[in-house]
Amino acid sequence: MLKYTFDWSIVTSGKYFEWLVSGLKVTLELSAVGIVCAFILGLLIAVLKMSHYRPVRWIATAYLEFFRNTPLLVQIFFWYFGSYKVLPAAVNEWLNSTNFEFAAAAIALTIYTSAFIAEDIRSGILSIPKEQMEAARSAGFSYLRSMQYIILPQAVRITIPPLVNQFLNLAKNSSLAMSIGVMELTYQARQVESYTFKGFEAFTAATVVYLGLSVVITALMDLYNKKVLNPHRA
Amino acid sequence: MIKFEGVHKWFKKLHVLNGIDLHVKQGEVVVVCGPSGSGKSTLIRTINQLEPIEEGSLIVDGMDLRSKKTDINRLRAEVGFVFQQFNLYPHLSVIDNITLAPIKIRKTSKKEAQEQAMELLERVGLAVKRDAYPTQLSGGQQQRVAIARALAMKPRIMLFDEPTSALDPEMIGEVLAVMQDLASTGMTMVCVTHEMGFAREVSDRVVFMDHGVILEEAQPEEFFRNPQHDRAKQFLKQLLSPMH
Repeated sequence: MLKYTFDWSIVTSGKYFEWLVSGLKVTLELSAVGIVCAFILGLLIAVLKMSHYRPVRWIATAYLEFFRNTPLLVQIFFWYFGSYKVLPAAVNEWLNSTNFEFAAAAIALTIYTSAFIAEDIRSGILSIPKEQMEAARSAGFSYLRSMQYIILPQAVRITIPPLVNQFLNLAKNSSLAMSIGVMELTYQARQVESYTFKGFEAFTAATVVYLGLSVVITALMDLYNKKVLNPHRA
Repeated sequence: MIKFEGVHKWFKKLHVLNGIDLHVKQGEVVVVCGPSGSGKSTLIRTINQLEPIEEGSLIVDGMDLRSKKTDINRLRAEVGFVFQQFNLYPHLSVIDNITLAPIKIRKTSKKEAQEQAMELLERVGLAVKRDAYPTQLSGGQQQRVAIARALAMKPRIMLFDEPTSALDPEMIGEVLAVMQDLASTGMTMVCVTHEMGFAREVSDRVVFMDHGVILEEAQPEEFFRNPQHDRAKQFLKQLLSPMH
């Protein structure tokens, strides 16, 4: 016979509910910063990887392979426990005055995800017919301007589905930030469990919220794709 | 305006341009023809350096294409290029296709660029399509937009690389009419085309190529009435009666 008595009220109202809400706020902030920065950085790396200059390509390749092939948790620990050891004292002081846990987690998530995004965007770029680049260059656009105005806008449209995956991964991976003490959703759910021993309710609540977040991201990207990027397509 | 002197180009071991000498004067309309694989497309693509040349000299609008000092983007802004496959930007509407380069490269104001674009669209008979997207247009319409897009940069030279070869027969006329209208304004034009009616009526000179060499260069009347070279005779015969 099941001895456990459910008490859902702890996660729907009161102090513990507020903890979860504050955790969700941090998760949202971390995800938003991560998604925007990882997208921009990924775009940049993708273009660098396709550069005509071999050393630039090498740097981009090294970046991609390095950050794709090491665990995110190790990268989070590196930025949090490792990086400040080699920084000047003045920088450290400034870092300590800010929310360094949050910054370290945001940097790790951004860099880690940007490597995957760069590869997705690069395959998007490669799928654009080379005649588009020729048309742009013929009009007098430089290589980079051709990328900016003609190739990337088309490549990004094609890249939307894999990009949604990366954005979802980033939002979910943000839960790893709890390991360095960022008080995001998973951290708060853990706290609720510690204080109440209501682990089932606490993590069910966290699960539902993450699920909701993923659904919202997917819906927003879908809407953006339909209304902004492809208004002329059925 | 355009001056080839001893121009050579190779694709790996294939000698695609084998000592080209050609001088196109300002306001001249030159048609380049020849069998497929003759190097005519490569020839026209060297003029705006879509294909760089490897030997000889090529001067376009006073700019030396082999000089390191030549700003290739500046040259290309002065030379309009029309492709066989149109190559409109599929993510932009017709009007944005036309105004993109004038706004970003010429720094024309958006309002002025749009006014000019509308004038050009009137001229090619597609003003009603200003907000359409390329995929919503027929091939002939796309090609006319592509011509308007090239003209929006106010080029000094227009290059056409088989502009009607990808079109259904009933759409060829509308594109040729636009080109004929353009020729009548005194534009310097080089056209790679198999449209011999256009060559005869509009061009000042016909250039016949085969195997990377210019075999014949003549006034259109002369070329069609009395081709000198055997390859040219054969080419014309096949073109006029393809069943034989």
